Amino acid sequence: MFGDYSIGDLGAIFAMQGFAGLILFSVYVLMALGLAIIFGQMGVINMAHGEFMILGAYVTWMTSGFFQSYLPSLFSGYFFVAMILAFIASGALGMLVEWGLIRHLYKRPLDTLLATWGLSLILQQAYRSVFGAREVGVELPSWMMGSKQVTDTIEVPINGIFVMCLTLAITMVVAWIMFKSRWGQQVRAVVQNRVMAGAVGINTEKVDRYTFGLGCGIAGIAGSAFTMIGSTGPTSGQLYIVDTFLVVVFGGAASLFGTIASAFTISQAQSTMEFFMSGSMAKVLTLLSIVAILMIRPQGLFALKVRK
Amino acid sequence: MIINSRFFNRSELIGFLSLVLLLVVILPLCLDIFRLNLVAKYLTYAFVAIGLVMCWGYGGILSLGQGVFFGLGGYCMAMFLKLEASSVANTKIQSTPGIPDFMDWNQITALPMFWKPFNSLTLTIIAIFVVPALLAFIIGAAMFKRRVGGVYFAIITQAIAAIATILIIGQQGYTGGINGMTDLRTLLGWDIRTDSAKFILYFFEVACLFACIITAQFIRLTKLGRILVAMREQEDRVRFSGYSVANFKIFAFCAAAIFAAIGGAMFTLQIGFMSPSFVGIVPSIEMVIYTAVGGRSSIFGAVYGALLVNFAKTSLSESFPELWLFGLGGLFIAVVLFFPNGLSGIWRDHVQRHVDRLIASFSSKAKKDWVVKSAADGAPAE
Repeated sequence: MFGDYSIGDLGAIFAMQGFAGLILFSVYVLMALGLAIIFGQMGVINMAHGEFMILGAYVTWMTSGFFQSYLPSLFSGYFFVAMILAFIASGALGMLVEWGLIRHLYKRPLDTLLATWGLSLILQQAYRSVFGAREVGVELPSWMMGSKQVTDTIEVPINGIFVMCLTLAITMVVAWIMFKSRWGQQVRAVVQNRVMAGAVGINTEKVDRYTFGLGCGIAGIAGSAFTMIGSTGPTSGQLYIVDTFLVVVFGGAASLFGTIASAFTISQAQSTMEFFMSGSMAKVLTLLSIVAILMIRPQGLFALKVRK
Repeated sequence: MIINSRFFNRSELIGFLSLVLLLVVILPLCLDIFRLNLVAKYLTYAFVAIGLVMCWGYGGILSLGQGVFFGLGGYCMAMFLKLEASSVANTKIQSTPGIPDFMDWNQITALPMFWKPFNSLTLTIIAIFVVPALLAFIIGAAMFKRRVGGVYFAIITQAIAAIATILIIGQQGYTGGINGMTDLRTLLGWDIRTDSAKFILYFFEVACLFACIITAQFIRLTKLGRILVAMREQEDRVRFSGYSVANFKIFAFCAAAIFAAIGGAMFTLQIGFMSPSFVGIVPSIEMVIYTAVGGRSSIFGAVYGALLVNFAKTSLSESFPELWLFGLGGLFIAVVLFFPNGLSGIWRDHVQRHVDRLIASFSSKAKKDWVVKSAADGAPAE
């Protein structure tokens, strides 16, 4: 399959597809970060994660509409406002869901899967009733349009670069929160030993609620970034949820670094193969190899070494 | 007779007999052929639900990929029917007569190798059992031998469901793509689209369903079934007692796959087509919903769950299409939060006591009547 291309062509193909893969990687990372916190740290399977992401996308869409009609002079900066609003909306909904649903199910992880699936159905239908069944897309501010010529064969779109920078920033913030802040220490203490953490005075219920909210809020930001590269419909979230779970499991559930590494591997493999075969076959091959590797190494690529 | 008090306990016997009464007598008498055909469609999911009770309810293995096995059974059957429907005489307008129409549209000129066995009904029936069992064995052996379980197993089976759908849709020339296999007409020359055929197929399906129920009940009552339940409760203890946990799990998973495949084959026969929309993640999770609503640890509950949820789905989505997803989602959350044992749990915990008391009062009254009557006759009272 490489025979028809010269070395230079192949280099350009890999660079271009690699960059396309990086955009996919950014969405994966943003979605998987939230999921890794919720699934990896709390052991809750949140099948509605895609719907939290879509909520962020709809918030972004509404914000862009608002800026267009009422504050056209500030339109170029609407995205930053939208991102914060998306985080708040998804995070608040996440905390509500934790309070109403998840906290009753901490000892039954498989049941969280079923209950959140029900939640995702409800949210999808709610989006369909409120926003309509058709897909919506936002208008990008002018500075985000266009592309940069790197060499004469390679050019990269600016919105892609922006999404990647955003991902980098969010990842660093999350890493700081989880590993350096006092609150992150509390989260990890609760995960390691809930009873003991409660005994030393950590309010475990509160930690659970904010952790879940944080995970959902990051999903909201992922949805916000998602509007930069694709359109949003009520069922868009479902398309990503299996991939995202595989990303998290493949990387080793409790390891944030593993999540990023596996998102990178998967998105690059997918996007490079897409050039040489049909998109669906590339997807099948990627998923199959992930499943095969998971069968050999069930704990994922970067599992934490813990005694059980 | 196989049904005695040791095979079914009393509440199971009530469940079984009422199911027989409902499916064999009441529904065929009350419903027209269109509605009966719908019931037949719902019942195909009951096969899957019985399988899920075995592997999820008893064995504790939640598979989110049952749609794959349902689809495998359905596609095996559909391939046989499709080949029969695309005889040379029927397809003479194609550029290559004698192959299914969708292959002709996709510029395939010869029947692919893996289609050849499906010229024979015997081989097709064998394939309906063997192909899903083989796939389940490979997945199960690879996962359970390495002690992958619970959540991870669920996610991986879900990924397999996604792979299967993408593969079926992508390989249009071999599978019919997103449209699936349509226009299935005859089974060995017998037109399956007529009302009388649908009627006969319904009873055939009900017979198969009872065969599956009895098989599942048989498995449950043997030592095998008890080990399955023990594994669900305390997997390590079973392992330390010297049992090969992985092999028992593989068995339960394979059995569930075969049940699902039988359901799929029945679906193709009843409805007359098969498509990837019954294979993917959403249908697979819906199958878990039927089981959870009916009661994950009760075979009869699962059958009733499949019937009720599908009935609700049809009637709600006919009249209030927007409400259906709200209803389904809400039902699901409610079942998980409030009735983890589903309908059969509600029956067991709240209704059965009253029914038992009612039966007891009737039987004691009957006994008293008999005593009074025999005393009046001059016979010695007990």
